[in-house]
Amino acid sequence: MTSAPLVSIRDLRVAFHGLPALRGIDLDVAPGEAVGLVGESGCGKSVTWLAALGLLPATATITGSVTLDGTELLGAAPAVLDRVRGGRVAMIFQDPASALNPVKRVGVQVAEALRLHRGLDGGAADAEVLRLFDQVGIPDARRRVHIYPHEMSGGQNQRVMIAMALAGQPELLVADEPTTALDATIQAQILDLLRRLQQETGMALVLISHDLGVVAEMCRRVCVMYAGRIVEQAPSDTLFADPRHPYTRGLLAALPDMVGPRRRLEAIAGGVPEPWNMPPGCAFAPRCASAIAACDAAIPVFHPVAPGHDAACIRLDAMVPE
Amino acid sequence: MTLLSLDGVSRVYATRRGIIGRPVPVRAVDQISLSVAPGRTLGIVGESGCGKSTTGRVALGIERPSEGSVTFQGAAMPTPGTPAWRRMRGRLQLVPQDPLGAMDRRLTIATQVEEPLIIHAIGDKSDRRDRVQALLRDVGLRADLAERHPHELSGGQRQRAVLARALATDPALLVCDEPVSALDVSIQAQVINMLTDLQEARGIAMLFISHDLKVVRQVSHEVAVMYLGRIVEHGDPEAIFADPLHPYSRALVSAIPVPGPRRIERVVLTGDPPNPADRPSGCAFHPRCPVAVAACAVTTPDLRPAADGRLVACHLVPAAGGTA
Repeated sequence: MTSAPLVSIRDLRVAFHGLPALRGIDLDVAPGEAVGLVGESGCGKSVTWLAALGLLPATATITGSVTLDGTELLGAAPAVLDRVRGGRVAMIFQDPASALNPVKRVGVQVAEALRLHRGLDGGAADAEVLRLFDQVGIPDARRRVHIYPHEMSGGQNQRVMIAMALAGQPELLVADEPTTALDATIQAQILDLLRRLQQETGMALVLISHDLGVVAEMCRRVCVMYAGRIVEQAPSDTLFADPRHPYTRGLLAALPDMVGPRRRLEAIAGGVPEPWNMPPGCAFAPRCASAIAACDAAIPVFHPVAPGHDAACIRLDAMVPE
Repeated sequence: MTLLSLDGVSRVYATRRGIIGRPVPVRAVDQISLSVAPGRTLGIVGESGCGKSTTGRVALGIERPSEGSVTFQGAAMPTPGTPAWRRMRGRLQLVPQDPLGAMDRRLTIATQVEEPLIIHAIGDKSDRRDRVQALLRDVGLRADLAERHPHELSGGQRQRAVLARALATDPALLVCDEPVSALDVSIQAQVINMLTDLQEARGIAMLFISHDLKVVRQVSHEVAVMYLGRIVEHGDPEAIFADPLHPYSRALVSAIPVPGPRRIERVVLTGDPPNPADRPSGCAFHPRCPVAVAACAVTTPDLRPAADGRLVACHLVPAAGGTA
């Protein structure tokens, strides 16, 4: 990576009531970069960013370091975090209807973000709200700013959320399953919008998704997470063409294809380990066809496969290209 | 041979706009004809509100069609609530999306799987116990899970338990309504493989309703694409997913994000699917259609055979042996 990272996460660990949710995350996001985080439910992909932005409840124990342009965010004063959240780093979620206030007009909600993060009021704020609505592709913006979230479709509500996120002129947008609740054709619209906005504003994008296809289309680089750790990271083309970690391979083999002959899906046997029952070494070993006794000895660290491509597996010699 | 057939089926609901508004008829399903052969799977795809779940409920006999008729195993679907209908319920079963919502949280898995056997008076007590054990084994649930409660199971295990219960009465048809949509990819693959194995072993027919085209392609022998209550394209899944003819199917297929290069250029539609209570005139898809012509706003296109035999409802797709 040539430029200094915008966000740098080091050995981030989170536990709830003593049970580990994140077990040591190292991740850099460069300015303007699009990074995907994929993994199944409970792998910690959302918790990573909720912890980084101080959005977890007090019952969570958080250790490690998260820096934004060199400023430590973990344990930072509320005043510091208030400027970061919604300002330099914005976040959008899966369910826009529940993230919006149901009893406030959508325009007012976006204007609130403008007042908090850019000090805009009155006519200047109104004009900026209209501009943002136009930018995120809400038709008939002049009328739509006066309606309530329930009067809009799911796709339009997500556009309002994106407008609100853009209000703070963020350097990083964290999108947590932004299209999971949307229909396929609406998902395509929102992904298109996010791609265009990223080009227009130059902001970095972290896309959290369980959908490998979504991440492949949107991100230059992908991190695959399993049981609270990143198990493989690579440029997305490489990851899908030449996955090396047995879990990544398993995920891709379990996915039905849209083209080519139909084949029986290769399901990964068993399920994700419970937090109170973590295997001693590699968390994937109990489900892994290539596991050997040494896999239980220690948590595997990253081994380089190629420049920019690492996998946390001690059996990489057995994981030759397919 | 046909197991289930729907002929010109419509389902109309009345909704009100506001408290004092006049009732507005909503055609959730509009003039649908389809059939399922024994041991085969018909996939129904479409977005929220397109009527795919209502179609499933009509096929199950839970809802009466407002127009048209449903035939199951050669006889007309009996009226809901009658003894004939109750007897037939065992032959048609539903596999819902949310297994937790479909189970009783206070009863053990074994009790719930046994319940259909009691209702349909199948076997005596020890016979039923053996059957429950066999069913749980068939769906890949460990015997010790039989005495657990639903909340003690994982999502994948719950979906297996619901499936065991659906299979208890040895149904001829399963209506699977988004059966794997709530599951993670690795678990989804396990359940899909199990469904296809069970179909092979027992010769069950399936109506497989899903918004996930990849999953539908994996399990279906035939596919129907629905938009706003009507079937717009119907035929062989390979043909439809490789080369969709209806502009809506084309947009839907091209919208699926896939790792690697795509075969069909992406068509991003503008706007949202319209409200079924406010159906556009002519072809319901015309306001969002990138290739619509004047006639599309006036005449509703019929579903008719295209050159390769699949059915398409579009003015711009040439009919077999004729011109558009």
